[in-house]
Amino acid sequence: MKALTDRFNYLFRSTKGLILVAIALIAIVTAAFGMLSGPLKEWGISDVAIRLYGMKLVEAEREARIILLYHTIAMSVVAIETYLITALVRMKPQQQANINATITVGYITSLVFGLAFGYFGRNFVFHGLFITGQALVFFAGLQLAVALWPWRKAYHVADPAYAHTRGGVDLERVAFFTMAVVMLISAIFGAVPGSLYGQGHETFLAEEIVRVPFKAPLQLAVIGHLHIMLELIAVALTLIVGRWFDFKGKLHKWAMPLMIVGTLIVAGGVWAVVPFEPIAHMIINIGSFPTLIASALLVWFGWRKIAAARLAERGIEKAGFGRWLGALLHDPVKFGMLWQMVYMNAVVTAVGIFMAIRLDEAIRTWSLRDEQVGLTGHWHILSGIIATIILLLYADMAGLKGRARQWFGWVVIIASDVAFAAVTLFETKRLYVSEAGQQPLVDISMIISDAGLATVLVAVAALMVWRLIDLFRRNGRWAKEAKETNLEDGGAEAGR
Amino acid sequence: MSASGKLQTANCKRRMGTAFFLVMLIVLLAGCATPIRNSQFAIRNFDTGIDPEAWAQIPAGTFHFGQHDEMVTIAAPYEMMVTDVTNAQYARYLNAALAGGAVKVDGDSVVGYYPGDVFHGHKHEVEITAGDWLHVPLTDPSLRLMFDGTIFGVKPGYESHPMTVVTWFGAKAYCEFSGGRLPSEAEWERAARGDDERPFPWGDEIALNNANFYASRDPFEAAAGKQGDTTPAGFYNGKTYDGYRTLDSASPYGLYDMAGNVWQWVSDLTEGIHDRPLKGGSKGVYGYNLRIWTRNAARPDYTSPSVGFRCAR
Repeated sequence: MKALTDRFNYLFRSTKGLILVAIALIAIVTAAFGMLSGPLKEWGISDVAIRLYGMKLVEAEREARIILLYHTIAMSVVAIETYLITALVRMKPQQQANINATITVGYITSLVFGLAFGYFGRNFVFHGLFITGQALVFFAGLQLAVALWPWRKAYHVADPAYAHTRGGVDLERVAFFTMAVVMLISAIFGAVPGSLYGQGHETFLAEEIVRVPFKAPLQLAVIGHLHIMLELIAVALTLIVGRWFDFKGKLHKWAMPLMIVGTLIVAGGVWAVVPFEPIAHMIINIGSFPTLIASALLVWFGWRKIAAARLAERGIEKAGFGRWLGALLHDPVKFGMLWQMVYMNAVVTAVGIFMAIRLDEAIRTWSLRDEQVGLTGHWHILSGIIATIILLLYADMAGLKGRARQWFGWVVIIASDVAFAAVTLFETKRLYVSEAGQQPLVDISMIISDAGLATVLVAVAALMVWRLIDLFRRNGRWAKEAKETNLEDGGAEAGR
Repeated sequence: MSASGKLQTANCKRRMGTAFFLVMLIVLLAGCATPIRNSQFAIRNFDTGIDPEAWAQIPAGTFHFGQHDEMVTIAAPYEMMVTDVTNAQYARYLNAALAGGAVKVDGDSVVGYYPGDVFHGHKHEVEITAGDWLHVPLTDPSLRLMFDGTIFGVKPGYESHPMTVVTWFGAKAYCEFSGGRLPSEAEWERAARGDDERPFPWGDEIALNNANFYASRDPFEAAAGKQGDTTPAGFYNGKTYDGYRTLDSASPYGLYDMAGNVWQWVSDLTEGIHDRPLKGGSKGVYGYNLRIWTRNAARPDYTSPSVGFRCAR
């Protein structure tokens, strides 16, 4: 009995255990529900899966099912980020415990009952529980915002290497706090239209209304909501990775104000989409710039740190570019977290800017369907990149070492990036091929993207199996991780 | 070389080997893709037994419009073509319209006059002015029509397939020349759906042999690849063609191909953007796009090998 209790406590009370559970649940949902679409549908596997799972799918409810599915996954990702924040950013232990408990019950309730409602018959008790779960996640967010309050004297920085105000307020903590508050407001921004359209069961996917010239205010709110939530998940992850790398120094002092200002401007622009749609995009673009610069500063800091650590480890004091690069690439797990942020600019930011700039001349000459393919591909890639960064971060935290670390790191980076490049080609195919001549490109890009993503899933499965086997050991890694209360090394924390 | 240098070289080789293995794996998987489509494959000519000249009566009444079942009333009865307009019908029309001066050939295009749309100057609004607009681009390799400079004909085997690569202007002109008009979106949905809430013209679920859609494994797809080719008008009527059994997929009013094969232009104008809705899904999209309420759209001068039309009157 004690063995079970210990493991339960590890999985549901320790930070690494909670993250492990969330990643495992997301992986299971992704693998199981991924069988319902794409090439697996073409090959007839989806029909087998539907029968096997006992799903009850009504055609008219497809959009609602998809909305439920990505909300459940998004809630799980937000939970992972919350666990990381409560472990990395100083707060009272009781606050950490309360926040983690609330969000864990919230996201799991939301995930289980949301999917049950959407895919296994419309039991409205399940729908109520799905909403309850989301409300709990929101309540956990409120607690997090309170815990992150940056103006408490106890949280002022002691080490001047970290960005701070003259009064000593930790600007990184302000950035976390800003992100949390803005995310809560943006959640309401989605919850209000969600309540209206959901109540009347008039669900729609944002891409369906992209060419509606006169959108209702709540339709605009839905579009704004999905954009800002994804952006804020990315901002939170950037801050988390920064904390994980112990981001500090001059670059940190530049990056944190930029991140705070950028987050506020982007959020303001997204909220302004309802009353001031014509200028909202411009505000968002202006706000995106400082956040991108802040991320670039983190990448530069992190890469220098990775390379310097490796060179120091090997006793090399001066290194040319080749050796420096070799030292940087030595650790794909740490390198990959930051590389994925850079790569995102090629397959998400650049494509998004191109689409915005050439909307009338290029994109709007396509059919609506082709434009929708571009849009869905666009945010699938962004979500995918966020997922790979989380996976690499977890692998680093879990202490993956040696050849396994090399394999996991490079497989995730290469396979996912090849997949994202293929999806980018697919989503923008109308720029290069006519509809009549597109089949070879479609076939190849789909196979490459699916093969890449499947390879990543295999790598994740291997990581999960490793951790599962570990759970059966009496004194496995889990036993040590169960006792950890803080993810950060003591030295870094002492300076704050 | 020092021990650490040798170790580094060995690590580097191992990493390169791994990268090479991964690249080869991806190339191998890419090689599994369908070979490049051969547009010269023999067109199989199936007699569906459905008359493309036939019209179906659609009664006036209130019906479920759109995904969320908005109740909409159509005040007067009307008729709609039982099938999409075929290549043979469109070629005959072009010959008559060209002779009568209703359309003209301008370079590589068939064009005709359109009086223009009201322009509001909205963001992203394209101005559709009065003047000659494209009906059919004659050099598009996907076009199933032929033109020898005087007479329009149809590429052999495609006579009974739906007319594609035709703009909204070209579709509208055909219908009006033939004494009809393009149906409104509401008329189109009522004709496809009848009085109940069904998502597909034939019922609640879609099977591979209900309609021509992406990866539906029809005989034309076997020859042309997953995106396939158009199927003859009325193909999915319960008949078996060379061992390929179709399901009778008529709408409640007896219309065929109201889901799949080609998207169909309807008359509605989206004010402020000038797109025209396209209904019914096509050979190039997944089955869920064939749901009756699905709305694709494009500018009125858009053409595609997956877009056709039928008329109402």
